[in-house]
Amino acid sequence: MTTPRRFVERDRNWHPPAYAPGYKTSIPRSPNQALVSLQNPSISELSGPDFRKLRMGPHDNDLLMNFRDEASPGLPVGERIILFGRVVDQFGKPVPHTLVEMWQANAGGRYRHGKDRYLAPLDPNFGGVGRCLTDDDGWYRFRTIKPGPYPWPNGINTWRPAHIHVSVMGPAISTRLITQMYFEGDPLIPICPIVQTLKDSEAVQTMIGRLDMARSRPMDALAWRFDLVVRGALQTYFENQ
Amino acid sequence: MEQPNFKPTAELMLRETASQTAGPYVHIGLALDVAGLPERDEEIWNRMAGEDAEGERIEVVGRVIDGNGDLVRDALLEAWQADSRGNYQAGFDLKAPFNSFGRTATTAAGDSEWVLHTIKPGSITAEDGRVMAPHITLSLFARGVNIQLQTRLYFEDEAAANDQCPVLNAIESPPRRQTLIARKESGEAGIPRYRLDIVLQGDGETVFFDY
Ligand SMILES: [Fe+3]
Repeated sequence: MTTPRRFVERDRNWHPPAYAPGYKTSIPRSPNQALVSLQNPSISELSGPDFRKLRMGPHDNDLLMNFRDEASPGLPVGERIILFGRVVDQFGKPVPHTLVEMWQANAGGRYRHGKDRYLAPLDPNFGGVGRCLTDDDGWYRFRTIKPGPYPWPNGINTWRPAHIHVSVMGPAISTRLITQMYFEGDPLIPICPIVQTLKDSEAVQTMIGRLDMARSRPMDALAWRFDLVVRGALQTYFENQ
Repeated sequence: MEQPNFKPTAELMLRETASQTAGPYVHIGLALDVAGLPERDEEIWNRMAGEDAEGERIEVVGRVIDGNGDLVRDALLEAWQADSRGNYQAGFDLKAPFNSFGRTATTAAGDSEWVLHTIKPGSITAEDGRVMAPHITLSLFARGVNIQLQTRLYFEDEAAANDQCPVLNAIESPPRRQTLIARKESGEAGIPRYRLDIVLQGDGETVFFDY
């Protein structure tokens, strides 16, 4: 098993607070009590799963293909995109072989989920879920379509900007992170109550994917780059023993 | 004199990517079966221990309750626990008899209980020599939860170990320590069942950790 390390403290003023009343559901779902800080995190916090033996299907990171079957042999509707990036830690060190998972709405802004009753239709050729491991240098890559924005019942007329939910494990459960990637330039970003749960506009910038023409494929797909930064690993666990 | 300080600064290092809620449809991405999506060949799910796992097979169940007393029906939980000897099995392998990592979820229908099929973890000797009582680390993701809530589950029938556990004792209020103790029930087929509700807010609010 890999050597557990300590990690850079998570800056909880950088992340959204639990209680963010502009996002109404956070009101009854935020603890009133302070978090109990573990002054000496143990192996229980400093270790985590290694998914190199998780058997992936050939299209697990290809959302254009991974919902295809005999009944729906076509391609999904929407702008074809490549979503890629690098997982690094706060010291810029790549995080290899870590699990990156993502899920998203279809081009019309509808999720393949029983609770999503939005008017936009389901796409018979699109599931909306992907996963992959980062390579030796921390890179990950998906092929998908650009999701549509969608309305949701927070205010009278609240819309989510187009976004992809992105989940990364990192080296330990202490580095576990789920975020959302937004598309650079989307006018819905600054008026989204979920984006606004962040107090720091610089922190919002960490969630913006950027168009990367160099990595796009001519006559095929535009590329969006989204790097993920997870907590930095400090000295080895037993160094001071 | 300046104190040692691990607080990140923009000058010294990169800032962490900011967290966002996993949203109402987290099950699509991380709990495909619950979302009604076809499962892939291998999924990370709630059967952490098979028939051949060393140790005492147990079931762990619970609900998630919000500040109004309502069930949270769209939560995803991640579990991380030691094996019966107190060692973490970091290499996730569905062919292995036991995995330290698992996922479970509450559901839109029915009584909305999350379930883990696992084994009772062993005690763990921490780096400072103190012994942590058997526990399962849980992380909770859900709509309305902006960054995951991290807690631990302990076992009612490990009272002596619980009394000595440095992490339980780090919780100042003794009654609040009880929010982490799962109660034992007789389960099906002779497999003991432990029950712990996670209360997000208000009376009986679960202790959540920062680490
Ligand atoms: Fe969403």
